[in-house]
Amino acid sequence: MSSVLGAPVLEVQDLAVTFDRKGEQPTKAVDGVSLTVAPGETVGLVGESGCGKSVTSLAIMGLLPQRGVSVRGSVQLEGQELIGSSDKTLRKLRGAHMAMVFQDPLSSLNPTVQIGTQVTEVLLEHREMNKKQAEAEAVELLDRVGIPDPRRRLREYAHQLSGGMRQRALIAMALACSPRLLIADEPTTALDVTIQAQILELLKELVVDTGTALVMITHDLGVVAGLCDRVHVMYAGKIIETADRHELFARPRQPYTGGLLASVPRLDAGRGAPLTPIRGSARDAIPWEQGCAFAPRCDNAQDDCLTEVSGSIVPLEYDGPGRELRCRHPLEHPPTPSGATALGAVR
Amino acid sequence: MTAVPGTEALLRVQGLQVHFPIKGGLFFDKTVGHVRAVDGVDLAIERGSTYGLVGESGCGKSTLGRAILRLVEPTAGEVLFDGTDVASLNGEPLRRMRRRMQMVFQDPLGSLDPRQSVESLLSEPLRAHGLGGGTRGIAEKIRGLLDAVGLPSAALRRYPHEFSGGQRQRIGIARAIALEPDLLIADEPVSALDVSVQAQVLNLLEELQEQLGLTYLVIAHDLAVVRHISDVVGVMYLGSLVEQAPADDLYEEPLHPYTRALMSAVPVPDPVVEENRERILLAGDLPSPANPPGGCRFHTRCPWRQETRCDDEVPVLRELAPGRLVSCHWAEEIRDGLLQPKSAEEVAAIMGVSVRGAGAEAIETDALVQGIDQPIERT
Repeated sequence: MSSVLGAPVLEVQDLAVTFDRKGEQPTKAVDGVSLTVAPGETVGLVGESGCGKSVTSLAIMGLLPQRGVSVRGSVQLEGQELIGSSDKTLRKLRGAHMAMVFQDPLSSLNPTVQIGTQVTEVLLEHREMNKKQAEAEAVELLDRVGIPDPRRRLREYAHQLSGGMRQRALIAMALACSPRLLIADEPTTALDVTIQAQILELLKELVVDTGTALVMITHDLGVVAGLCDRVHVMYAGKIIETADRHELFARPRQPYTGGLLASVPRLDAGRGAPLTPIRGSARDAIPWEQGCAFAPRCDNAQDDCLTEVSGSIVPLEYDGPGRELRCRHPLEHPPTPSGATALGAVR
Repeated sequence: MTAVPGTEALLRVQGLQVHFPIKGGLFFDKTVGHVRAVDGVDLAIERGSTYGLVGESGCGKSTLGRAILRLVEPTAGEVLFDGTDVASLNGEPLRRMRRRMQMVFQDPLGSLDPRQSVESLLSEPLRAHGLGGGTRGIAEKIRGLLDAVGLPSAALRRYPHEFSGGQRQRIGIARAIALEPDLLIADEPVSALDVSVQAQVLNLLEELQEQLGLTYLVIAHDLAVVRHISDVVGVMYLGSLVEQAPADDLYEEPLHPYTRALMSAVPVPDPVVEENRERILLAGDLPSPANPPGGCRFHTRCPWRQETRCDDEVPVLRELAPGRLVSCHWAEEIRDGLLQPKSAEEVAAIMGVSVRGAGAEAIETDALVQGIDQPIERT
């Protein structure tokens, strides 16, 4: 649990991000998200396309454009408030105290600049090194993330590296100043499974070795199961369920979480093991003001899932130790011996 | 071959090769080498069954699918579809043959013309092949198709951009089954879709197979998806099949070292399983298909590589047990536990590469490897 690990590195309170649209209602991409991450902890943010998980990470890093976007709430990095901070302050923090690894390594590297220059740039900017020291440090960094022959690689360009290597180079850049917080946004989605396994292993090692707090943003429940300590499930801009990973997979309470687990084909399930998809698609979500956004797709939905009937927006509430839940009609699980998997209960 | 006596293969591929020339030189289009995308593949698919083809980016699985339909020209080999060699057909006979073999693509938006309404998209193949029996017949047929893939008839007047990803893939499937084909080749049919929608499309494919007696070749990088849908699974590595087996057997006891590593790398959405399974990490990246390693192509990354045979003798695909084909010199010894795997570190040290990844090969081939069927971004 997070409490034993010391003061949180990141504390997000009631974060809301709204995009203005010309002539239309503004879109609420993130709607009151709160989360904390302790040192050495890995927190997963899971959801499907458009649920707001990436926007959350960009808002934390202060990377959203300023025009047409309003960000409210509080984001504290080791006690320092980031929302409303000047660009200069944020620049000093980004790279040095918090860093991000993006999904697509090719488009996050500059194609016209040597890898070495891109890695040393961070060091020169934040760590008062001269060029020679920075270069030596860059070699060490590339070596640490498992890039062979790092001296040669420093002189190469992004297109000369394979997908897995590019992602390693990005992780090396993110680690250059030993940040307290690392946000990884779908870091393995563009990679093959064997390379994905290598990168996940690397991230795991880094968290253990350096005590960095890691926020893992992904749609892949398998990645979450192997890597994260605590998991937040997002839907339509809000966190709808939070639990320790064992709890979440063994006893999902939100019907959406249960539905996701039941609709993933598993490697260890036989041919023809039934898949129970969730009805419709994320497009069918209704605004939270009208009721639970998942209600139109939910099998457990009843009249009071609508705000009209219940009189209030569905709150995120305490749901047992370490768990929070936003649902009026959650899935019930008979008390099971620990270690049982969720699938029997959900299907 | 795998055909069980009494059943007949709808599709039989023999010694199929697809080599792409690499052009080089300053002024002339000189061919300086070949990318051996598909390098001698034999397989047979029984009527009414599903053959799943898995492998990582650049292993040649998509090229193989396209070569079967002659969307790319095979360099050598035979594709026998219902007894006819597709590779020898041309012009009108080929066009008529294609009616019976259709394709579903990975990117549903990219494979649907944005300027055509759904009605026009679905009626085009029918008109092109003179099927459906006139305007009224076609209209009726299209309504039936929409019904079969679970779309409302109101969809007819709408355009691809108005649909969600899952619905677009349904349109793609409706178009593919419009001509009542015998064989459907689905190249990464669900990899661009969200998890909750993936399951819908997988279930739809299975329903259609049952109703229409379709034969599927499903190409995917996701082993869990392939296991779910396939009767027989083939695993490709660098242009060749390394293992083929009935799905359940393959997943219960993978025989080829590559299959083992691949399977151990797939994350399972269950923390208990994740914590207790053994991961076989591979050293390095996929070698370049323009310059594949000699001997067994997997020997540069193989944890079970032996001093003899692996480096210089090409293993053939041989039958180890009924229906179980594997191309590894040491498959029996590995299965019986007589050989112990080396760790990724040891393999890396022996082969002189890093534990976690080797360098990419020549630039042009790397770009090629990256370009092929990279999963589409989902966020």
